[in-house]
Amino acid sequence: MIDLILKAALVLFMLAIALSLYRVIKGPSLPDRAIALDTIGVNLISAIAIVSIVLNTKAFLEAILILGILAFIGTIAFSKYIERGVIVERKSAD
Amino acid sequence: MKVNDVILKSVVRGVVFIVFTLGMYLFFAGHNAPGGGFIGGLVLGSGIVLLYLTYDIETVHKGMPFDFKKVAAFGVLLATGSAIASLFFNVPFLTQADGYYNLPLLGEKHLSTVTIFEAGVALTVVGTLVTIILNISEDE
Repeated sequence: MIDLILKAALVLFMLAIALSLYRVIKGPSLPDRAIALDTIGVNLISAIAIVSIVLNTKAFLEAILILGILAFIGTIAFSKYIERGVIVERKSAD
Repeated sequence: MKVNDVILKSVVRGVVFIVFTLGMYLFFAGHNAPGGGFIGGLVLGSGIVLLYLTYDIETVHKGMPFDFKKVAAFGVLLATGSAIASLFFNVPFLTQADGYYNLPLLGEKHLSTVTIFEAGVALTVVGTLVTIILNISEDE
């Protein structure tokens, strides 16, 4: 029973990632794309967690942590580009 | 227009230490678990990139006055140095030595020269990553 639930959850995560991918490609505006990319990151983290439950292993925990860090940095870089047009500033604005 | 990013700066001030801790953990875990110099260097480099994103180049350079091209060069020197040092003991190139030593307070520990090589790899990765990202994302 629990195996069936986990597999169904994986399929649903796949569906959610596919829908977000559609929003990344089609998305009318840049903020749509940024939020869709962040959603893909969160869904990937959850899917990896479920895969590590299915396989009964702890080897993917570092992958989860690194994916979380990279999704965070990517979202910050994307939103800073949308808001200010530059990613790394030479000197502070004030 | 003055941009208000108090939340980002306060969050990053704490998160960057978590990132650096994970990077150092991955660097030392690489001896007999997933991890190692390359992955640890990538995580440490992304922590430094996060600092550059949140603050600006001048502020980060005030606290971290490294030329990252020189960091990468020093890493290559360290890695090849630990490889060449094996030639002086009449063993093939890149041979690594290890042994068990009794350290004060810590007890018996397994020490090996692979850690020096891995430190070189990690420094090279950090230097190259930060140099590339600073060069492609600079304004003007």
